[in-house]
Amino acid sequence: MRPRHLRLRPLCLAVALVATGCSSSKPQPATAAAPSISGDVTVFAASSLTAAFTEIGTAFTSAHPETNVKFNFAGSSDLVTQINQGAPADVFASADDSNMKKLTEADGTPFTIARNSMEIIVEPGNPKGIATVSDLSKPELIVVLCAEQMPCGKNARAILDKAGAKVTAKSLEDKVKGVVTKVTAGEADAGIVFVTDVKAAGVKAAGIEIPDASNVISNYPIVVIKASKNATAARAFNDFVASPAGQAIMTKFGFLAP
Amino acid sequence: MVGTVAAAFFALPLVGLLWRAPWRDAWGYLSSDTALTALRLSLVCSTWATALSLIFGVPLAWILARARFRGRSALRALCTLSMVLPPVVGGVALFFALGRRGLIGQWLDRWFDFRLPFTTAGVVVAQTFVAMPFLVVTVEAAFSQLNQQYEDAARTFGASQWYTFRRVVLPSIKSALIAGSVLAWARSLGEFGATITFAGSFPGTTQTMPLAVYRALETNPEEAIVLALVLIAVSFAVLVGLRGKWLNAAGASLSQASR
Repeated sequence: MRPRHLRLRPLCLAVALVATGCSSSKPQPATAAAPSISGDVTVFAASSLTAAFTEIGTAFTSAHPETNVKFNFAGSSDLVTQINQGAPADVFASADDSNMKKLTEADGTPFTIARNSMEIIVEPGNPKGIATVSDLSKPELIVVLCAEQMPCGKNARAILDKAGAKVTAKSLEDKVKGVVTKVTAGEADAGIVFVTDVKAAGVKAAGIEIPDASNVISNYPIVVIKASKNATAARAFNDFVASPAGQAIMTKFGFLAP
Repeated sequence: MVGTVAAAFFALPLVGLLWRAPWRDAWGYLSSDTALTALRLSLVCSTWATALSLIFGVPLAWILARARFRGRSALRALCTLSMVLPPVVGGVALFFALGRRGLIGQWLDRWFDFRLPFTTAGVVVAQTFVAMPFLVVTVEAAFSQLNQQYEDAARTFGASQWYTFRRVVLPSIKSALIAGSVLAWARSLGEFGATITFAGSFPGTTQTMPLAVYRALETNPEEAIVLALVLIAVSFAVLVGLRGKWLNAAGASLSQASR
């Protein structure tokens, strides 16, 4: 009986936003505004949020049937450029604080919806027996990292420096998915990516945990855009991500609570 | 009038780049190691890719134009597929064929300890894959509109097949060869998707100019504009240097062939 109850809980919370049916749920921040929310909400979100936000979008629209959530997933810095150039976004969710700071069109102060730590990504079954960050400096390994201009690359570099590991990457990828692809295709032996990326790769990759003390953790801030034509619904979406229902989905995809 | 609109359509984005270019800092970006290394790598790789396209593409074009066999149009479609295939998909496909775990690549790895991904050779392979069809299509059109009687005449006078090809066929398709090479070279120079997927991006080894521009866009858009302008200037110089006549000749042969 217990596991089944647990499985139903996120759904129950989502339903609670429209009908106050579930007695077990806590008060929701978004509940008060629920009746008046309608229309399109365009969310520009970092690519690492793709899976989690797609599911949150479905949950949000089933809680607010009058709304329609549209996503534009890309690298955070691409998205900032697009929005600053006038792209029609209602919400921006970034994979780090520094890209959020580059946004000139924020309406109000961004708040953190999740955190993400780093992991070593290896081939399924870890055939090279990689156990620690220092192992990555073995010369026979083909290691691929993100470019240091990207959040994933900056974090990877900090982790390698902390461990005192000298690693010469074979490629410095512009997108974290580029690192994932190289490992899942079997071309690279290892890389350092976000925990959520390893999770998203499913059975095609395995993750080697990096202990908290030597890890680097990124914040994921979210904000409503000044030019939004539907700021009420946009705000409701952001609140929904922060709500227990939204957070349950974020956790499922490997994100840490804010 | 409509032609003017078309010209403006091509010119305006370029003007936009020139307008936004940070002229004061341009020299600093240009003389940076990143820019010079990437430019050198780009020129070397696209020249190699063009050479490979010529060596393998001309015989292929000959087969497509002259050989009569079932499935010729299917073969032609297959050989020009990479023109329409999203380059990123092309890069992934190259993994499956030539990567460390690929159909052929696993044997290269096992027998010769040789791996294409993350090497400059990998960049050349990716560029050739994407660029060769441009040469094949141009040269095939020239072959098929060639009057076969000249070749027959040469053969009648006792010229060998190879001699005929060298002294009769090749000179008559010279302009198509040049036009095709220029197209393939230009396509290689701008190649991005297949390269970044198959070869990765590492300064000096696999980071060509388009990859460097993309990297710079993430952090310093001004630098990206300067790098892009260099790429444009180099391509423009080559295209103008070869003058319209070669391209026109090939265009004429293309349109005749389609009649």
